[in-house]
Amino acid sequence: MNQLYLLVEIAGQRVALPAEHVESVVELETVTPVPLVARHIAGLAALRSRVLTIVDSLAALELGRSALDGVLTAVIVTVESHLYGLLVEKVEDVVEIAGGVDPVRAPLGSAWGRVSQGIVDHDGDALLVIDPPLLIVGPGAIAA
Amino acid sequence: MDDLLQEFIAETREMLAAISGEIVAWEADPSDRARLDSIFRFVHTVKGSCGFLDLPRLERLSHSAEDALAEVRAGTRSPDGALVSAVLAIVDRIGELAEAIESGEALPEDEDRRLIAAVAQGTVPEAAPVPVAVQTTSATRGVARTIRLPIDLLDRMMGGVSDMVLARNELSRKLREAGYHGAVEAAFERLSASVAEMRDAITRTRMQRIDNIFSMLPRLVRDLSAELDKLVMLDIDGGDVELDREMIEMIRDPLTHALRNAIDHGIEPADQRRAAGKSAAGRIAVSARQAGNQILIEIVDDGRGIDADRVVAKAIAAGIVSRDRAEAMGWAQKLALIFEPGLSTAESVTAISGRGVGMDVVRANIEKIGGVVDVDSRPGQGLRMTFRVPLTLTIIPALTVSAAGQQFAIPRPAIEEIVRVAGESVRVEPLGGGHVASVRGERIPAIDLGGLLGRGGTAQFAILVVLRPAGGDRFALGVDTVHDHEELVVKPAAPAVMATGIYAGTTLPDNGRPMRLLDPGGIAAHAGIEGIGRRRETHADAAASAATPSVPTLLFRDLDGVERAIRLAVVERIEDVPVDTARFTAGRLRLAHDDRIIPLLARTDRFDGPRLRILRMNDGHGSIAYAIDEVIDIVEIGVADVSIAASGPIAGVVLIDGRQVELLDPFSLFAEAADGAPRAGSDQPLCLFASADNGWARQILAPMVEAAGYRVVFPDAGEAARADVVLAMNGDLADCTLPVVRLRERPEPAGESDPTIYRYDRDGLLRALRSSTLREHRR
Repeated sequence: MNQLYLLVEIAGQRVALPAEHVESVVELETVTPVPLVARHIAGLAALRSRVLTIVDSLAALELGRSALDGVLTAVIVTVESHLYGLLVEKVEDVVEIAGGVDPVRAPLGSAWGRVSQGIVDHDGDALLVIDPPLLIVGPGAIAA
Repeated sequence: MDDLLQEFIAETREMLAAISGEIVAWEADPSDRARLDSIFRFVHTVKGSCGFLDLPRLERLSHSAEDALAEVRAGTRSPDGALVSAVLAIVDRIGELAEAIESGEALPEDEDRRLIAAVAQGTVPEAAPVPVAVQTTSATRGVARTIRLPIDLLDRMMGGVSDMVLARNELSRKLREAGYHGAVEAAFERLSASVAEMRDAITRTRMQRIDNIFSMLPRLVRDLSAELDKLVMLDIDGGDVELDREMIEMIRDPLTHALRNAIDHGIEPADQRRAAGKSAAGRIAVSARQAGNQILIEIVDDGRGIDADRVVAKAIAAGIVSRDRAEAMGWAQKLALIFEPGLSTAESVTAISGRGVGMDVVRANIEKIGGVVDVDSRPGQGLRMTFRVPLTLTIIPALTVSAAGQQFAIPRPAIEEIVRVAGESVRVEPLGGGHVASVRGERIPAIDLGGLLGRGGTAQFAILVVLRPAGGDRFALGVDTVHDHEELVVKPAAPAVMATGIYAGTTLPDNGRPMRLLDPGGIAAHAGIEGIGRRRETHADAAASAATPSVPTLLFRDLDGVERAIRLAVVERIEDVPVDTARFTAGRLRLAHDDRIIPLLARTDRFDGPRLRILRMNDGHGSIAYAIDEVIDIVEIGVADVSIAASGPIAGVVLIDGRQVELLDPFSLFAEAADGAPRAGSDQPLCLFASADNGWARQILAPMVEAAGYRVVFPDAGEAARADVVLAMNGDLADCTLPVVRLRERPEPAGESDPTIYRYDRDGLLRALRSSTLREHRR
């Protein structure tokens, strides 16, 4: 049961995103802010003719906010027919990981627990699998 | 009508294809309720369309099948093999007839009757001989002038064109940087134009004015009301709302159904209406409007309405709700029961709207596109049904504005006016932590958009956009800059963005930076001003009606540096003209403009700069131009504070922001410009010269008279008899019925009562001509 994952770095940690969610990875230069929106929504950007909603992964994990200057790297995912860009610090590679997702058997800090599906093993490293839709929902909705 | 018929045929064909599987499954298991329902919906939809399209045969067929199926649904008839066959024969027949309509062939009608009889009795119809015509229809297909395309394909086309627009913009930037020359520029312009046209066309392929369905409603109402012998007046509003074509298709059936119900069950017969104290004619209003990220379609009638308690009683009887649950329901919840399958509120079954069965279909259709149906009713007062359809993609005329350094779009239908904060007429004052704008004496709540969006510091109000959200109260939105009116393609934003409540969607302008469309209703709600405005407004209305009426007035800086004002109504337009078109000719300034010479008034005789700004005024007969330095503002002012009785170019002095401003008198301006102004063609008075052979009259007198605005004719001309005045030398022309002005050759009059005028007394001559023609006109 091999699964494809995109390995990225969020908040200094290597995590795995299930590749089935991922459409592409893009570099963005400008993000148009959206006033009054939830904290974890960094703003809007255009991906060709479509409007992207940019999710600040740091804010979604309640770990502060990403700096929105310079070139930003975003993983494009489609959730419920809306296009989102998840800000990540680094994109490593797409890898095929054999074996299923194991439940997390350790207490997770911050909001990591809320957005993770479990752990996969890649070359001996344990990687947290992040569920993009949960990341997009953001912290506020869970509290509500 | 042709198009509608085409669509109906295409739709029927599609539906038949879609339910063919269901039919087979139902045949295998006639007790399968889900299959039964979908076949029922098919015949029901066909019946509905037929009634409107005037296809009586199809209507009879579908009605008979619907009848039989309804009995099965109600449990009064069992779906035996004979019935199934009879219904299937009808479904097949519907398909055959639809094909026959398209190819224009005739199918024998007795076959219909046999099928209807069969379905009514539940007998197996004899194997019908398949008409030859049907088999040939597939060959004659191809008359369709429309094609159906998958939405995905259109979306891809639209995405592609948008990309092209962005690529064009980038190319444009690059070309500018590289400094391109003429040939490249021309080619690029051509590319730009075709890209723009293409984008427009592609966008329009997906969008359709809701008018396309609204336009068929009057006919529907007319036919139905005639059939039911009821008087119905239909009001339609908002037909120019544009909707995704897909949505239009999906709301067509629910809308006609709701209308049918309103006429059949809602509107009472005329005598009942009169007895209830209502007008004899029932009123149905259908409207569409955009509110936030939804399109609201309302069907409101003033008929008998629905009694929620009776609905509940029926629902309990039909086993849809338990008595306990029903008791806990509110009015709205009870009313919503009409959307439950199999519940009818109608007393009798009619061919028009059947058994109330449609309501579940209505809801299913609206919900399929992510919409919501609301119903509100009071017995005896009428019923309001609202479809809330999500705005998937719309073209909205919008105003783009800036606040706090960001651009936003505001839907134009919500905008009442845009005013600049200046002086007494438009002010913004702080009021208990908020702000209130006073626009020409009317107080409305004011919101600083920048502040609302989180800009720190004190609120700034430079320009107020006065908004009236759909169904809401007026308020003024303070913005920093107003940019442009644009048609924007708006798509809904992600849920997290919509959750803020102040945005109606996003749009991608040509610069490639996403822009947010503001939702005026949402902003009002967010700022907490809902409901405050109404009280203010009534108060303000009373105050406004007591005050003197004010008139829009143009405030400008004149060429002598003085601020002056003129009533806006007399200004036709404000134009810039090259300064060399203004010349001092024949004693006055004139402007050669638009191939005409018009008098030019100016408070200076020296013009600086290459261009001249003029106010063009028109009194209905001719134009004059008034040269100004610059336009300052348009203000609303009442009567002049000081009126000047003496004639002159100034009518009075008004106080604007504490400054004295002269108000120009258009009457005197026209009077000043009018002398000697040549009037147009045929309405010039005709002046007949009595002596055709008089060289002096022809060479010297005639040009002067013509210059004074007369048309000169000589006795040999055909129109001589219609002359307004005759000019004769003393001694010529002894008797004449026309008014005559006689000239003498010597300066001194021959006596005290000499009526003749010295021939070089220009002023006297013109005066005499004028008074004669005036008399002539008066007669």
